[in-house]
Amino acid sequence: MIKTDALIIGAGPTGLFTAHQLKIIGLDCQIVDNLDKIGGQCIELYPDKPIYDIPAIPECTGEELTQNLIKQLEPFKIKFHLNERVDEVKKDKNNWEVKTSNGTKFITPNVIIAGGVGSFEPRKFSLKECEQFENKSIFYSVKNKKIFEGKIVTIFGGGDSALDWAVEISKTSKVNLIHRRDEFRGAKATVDKIHELAKSGKINLFTKYQISGAKGSSNLESVEITHENKEIKTFKTDYILGFFGLVMQLGPIANWGLNLNKKTIEVDTEKFETNQKGIYAVGDICTYPGKLKLILSGFHEGALAARACFKLARPNEKYRFEFTTSSKTIKNRLGVKSD
Amino acid sequence: MTKITYIEHNGKEHTIDVQNGLTVMEGAVQNDIPGIDADCGGSMACATCHVYVKDDWYDKLDEKSEGEDDMIDQAYEPKKNSRLSCQITVSDKIEGLIVHLPEKQV
Repeated sequence: MIKTDALIIGAGPTGLFTAHQLKIIGLDCQIVDNLDKIGGQCIELYPDKPIYDIPAIPECTGEELTQNLIKQLEPFKIKFHLNERVDEVKKDKNNWEVKTSNGTKFITPNVIIAGGVGSFEPRKFSLKECEQFENKSIFYSVKNKKIFEGKIVTIFGGGDSALDWAVEISKTSKVNLIHRRDEFRGAKATVDKIHELAKSGKINLFTKYQISGAKGSSNLESVEITHENKEIKTFKTDYILGFFGLVMQLGPIANWGLNLNKKTIEVDTEKFETNQKGIYAVGDICTYPGKLKLILSGFHEGALAARACFKLARPNEKYRFEFTTSSKTIKNRLGVKSD
Repeated sequence: MTKITYIEHNGKEHTIDVQNGLTVMEGAVQNDIPGIDADCGGSMACATCHVYVKDDWYDKLDEKSEGEDDMIDQAYEPKKNSRLSCQITVSDKIEGLIVHLPEKQV
């Protein structure tokens, strides 16, 4: 059981700056994120897209913003728990007991949800019959590529993940690559490689097709695909891989007894606290009259939520407002010399 | 104002007047039409404002934006007439546009 003053859910820009604000005022915190890397939507959805409305930064990409926020957190040595989704939040007297998908447990008076639009999950085939084969013969990510050796693997998708795995797996298996249109959106070198492998017969390429059936008993045996013009093909396959990017889902947050408004969490604008004492929501996931879904709003909300955390984490101390320009205490925390 | 008709997957129709200059996505969100999530808020970074444009309308719309098809690859059940409604700007030119909403967005 990890004890901390505040637990932040979500390592996007808002979560990162909220951690900064907590550490500045002398509280410790840890961050959990379902993705395998820090940065949230900025990294997952638009790492290369320029952002023009971060105060004092005329232009920066999602990746640059994330790198700078990580740099700003460097003095604090924050513990990140990546690849973990928070599944349970339960009241335990004056604390919250939090459990992740990996079984990590936290006990904390403050939980700050900086979850964006929810957690990222792979988009799955919409076909009902795919469910029974999921994690047995149908996968949405590759954990152990060895299982594919010498087998027939049918890959769906047109982006880098689909193409990279098609190239890689074709070295040891028979690969069918299926995409709903002729153009691929992967890196040019990879796309060229795919066409080369298709020419030499290493990969069977089917474009303008989509999945329309998956059959088998306990194991998957065949897959059916349908062309734009309704023509149907069926062939044997041992495995199916689907790479259709990630979708955002509110997930378990919906079960924590919070007041929700569509897919957002209602908060007050003093502490950014939800209807549950000690649970806050900041950034895109929170809503209140006048809410703007801008990164800068997330920074403001996180700064105020951090101050609210102080009361519950240090009930016997009084919070004193200080500036980073002049406070010796803060400079010590930052590890910089005071004048 | 331009009339746009949104037809939910269950057949329920919503015909509303949308201000010119907004997108078809914004028209739906501002009028609480269920079935358009628009998680990313219109930055073409998700595919949760996905619609099917009624056949004869598809060719009358402006061409898809660069990268739109890449996002549609990641939509729920994309079809030939799929568009992201955040990339269709409302103007007199599309008076009477009919879009069908997919069964779901995620």
